[in-house]
Amino acid sequence: MNWEETLGSAMNTRIRRGVFLDKVFYHGTRIFAWAVLAVIIAILVSLFIGAAPALKKFGFGFLASRAWNPVTEEFGALVSIYGTLITSAIAMVIGIPVSFGIALFITELSPIWLKRPIGTAIELLAAIPSIVYGMWGLFVFAPYFGDTIQPWITDHLGPVPLIGALFSGPPLGIGVFTAGIILAIMVIPFMSAVMRDMFEVVPPVLKESAYGIGATTWEVVRHVVLPYTKIGVVGGIMLGLGRALGETMAVTFVIGNANRIHASLFMPGTTISSTLANEFTEAVGKMYTSSLIALGLILFLITFVVLAVAKFMLFRLAGREGSRS
Amino acid sequence: MQALTDMGLYRRRRFVNFLILAISLLTTLFGLFWLIWLLWTLLSQGLPYLDLSIFYQATPPPGNHGGLGNAILGSIVLTVVGVLIGAPAGVLAGTYLSEFARKSKTASVIRFVNDILLSAPSIILGVFVYEVVVLRMGHFSGWAGSLALALIALPIVVRTTEDMMRLVPNSVREAAAALGAPQWKVTVAIVFCAARSGILTGILLAVARISGETAPLLFTALNNQFWSHSVNEPIANLPVVIFQFAMSPYDDWQHLAWAGAVLITLTILLINILVRVFLRTPKSRY
Repeated sequence: MNWEETLGSAMNTRIRRGVFLDKVFYHGTRIFAWAVLAVIIAILVSLFIGAAPALKKFGFGFLASRAWNPVTEEFGALVSIYGTLITSAIAMVIGIPVSFGIALFITELSPIWLKRPIGTAIELLAAIPSIVYGMWGLFVFAPYFGDTIQPWITDHLGPVPLIGALFSGPPLGIGVFTAGIILAIMVIPFMSAVMRDMFEVVPPVLKESAYGIGATTWEVVRHVVLPYTKIGVVGGIMLGLGRALGETMAVTFVIGNANRIHASLFMPGTTISSTLANEFTEAVGKMYTSSLIALGLILFLITFVVLAVAKFMLFRLAGREGSRS
Repeated sequence: MQALTDMGLYRRRRFVNFLILAISLLTTLFGLFWLIWLLWTLLSQGLPYLDLSIFYQATPPPGNHGGLGNAILGSIVLTVVGVLIGAPAGVLAGTYLSEFARKSKTASVIRFVNDILLSAPSIILGVFVYEVVVLRMGHFSGWAGSLALALIALPIVVRTTEDMMRLVPNSVREAAAALGAPQWKVTVAIVFCAARSGILTGILLAVARISGETAPLLFTALNNQFWSHSVNEPIANLPVVIFQFAMSPYDDWQHLAWAGAVLITLTILLINILVRVFLRTPKSRY
């Protein structure tokens, strides 16, 4: 064997080893990427299996029943679903305008040196653990709210026809409305961050041409920035909604955990996640646990749809952005 | 006359503009107001009870003096194990998405699912782990808690790893490949190196996120009043202890809960600020 062949075979083994390791690396990383997919499928399947006994017994009536009685084993999801939707709705009503205002301030109004600190401060709101929101809500915010703001709202809005019933009742401090306010504070950082990022990708040339023909800042935002980023803004809102629907600890602290539907927003209620947090470990009996898991399944399906829509909208905007540059 | 109405219109436009911008300033102050109120409450309620004994004494029965030592230790164990499971898996999955499957259909499905997992309610992950692990094992355990936390960390790490590795220019990869390096070597020695700080940032963000998570631990790690030596048993952890103590009617328990809340929040805020100093890009949404 001459030196050329030796060298050639050595190179060959090296290359073959490289090819082999490439394969190992490729398939190794692929397994983990697929694992992400597997996790979500496993979650769905296990929730379905866990919820099956309850769904079989109660059928679609589960969605419409107000019952929640562990003793007689009668369960229904309506009250929890109602609580989840109504707290998130309150959070959206408060959170959307505020997030929009913050995004507007950061992108259009703030001096450059202030942008970063304010953006960071708002983002820190998202970093605070939800249990801290809960404790603060229960021990600080709710008493203050019940003592001062709630009576004032009841006095002024209570007698108004139609919406008056929403704001009547004893000022307990805790309740659906308080939970909604705290949820709003918790989702503001998510929504305003998405809106800010969206506003920042608007090509400067579009904004400058509007300014050039004499538009005010608000007119530029209203007629140039918003139409351009519409889908993204809605996507950001859906992202916040997804967070609000699933938030657990903060709501569990302040909502009062009562399985009732009241006309008034000031009364205690319950949400899917707070019911789970309160009752899951204490649930005895197959039907009780299964009903709780069925609640979890409903929550998962709702948030899945909301987040999927959010993702789809943000993705569409990102796609357009790509084709332009 | 025409000029006069024009002036009126002009003034009205100016006024609307001023009004909206003023409202936008107010909303920003509104947002900051809550942050300040929260932090102020936290510090004024928690700091007085934060002393050294918090760190080495175990959680007391009501009415006795004690600390949060076992819960702090438990939380650290759960978080570390959770990250040790979630981060490597996340980095590898992110590597696949960035290096091998940029444009494939399955990769975009995985990306989509990952983003949903990123915002999915954490309590659902708790229920899932309860069904899959706790029911099978027959008892609550630290493993189950760590697994739930790993599932929360996973999508964060996948997302940041992919984003950060995509920032590495292709010319760098091509240069390495042209020197004869096989692809695994290009990825491990070149791309990982270049994206190192970004990937670490993602892992840190995941740590910050899971160290405050309470909901998924309620049905998995549960709680333990004593120093727990085994991850195989129910394990004490700060969030659940805070939850139980805060909801209790005992004053000294509530004081401990506030002290614990201060500890967790300061740790998380510290990590978040470190991350921002570490990686000065305006993109973080977690």
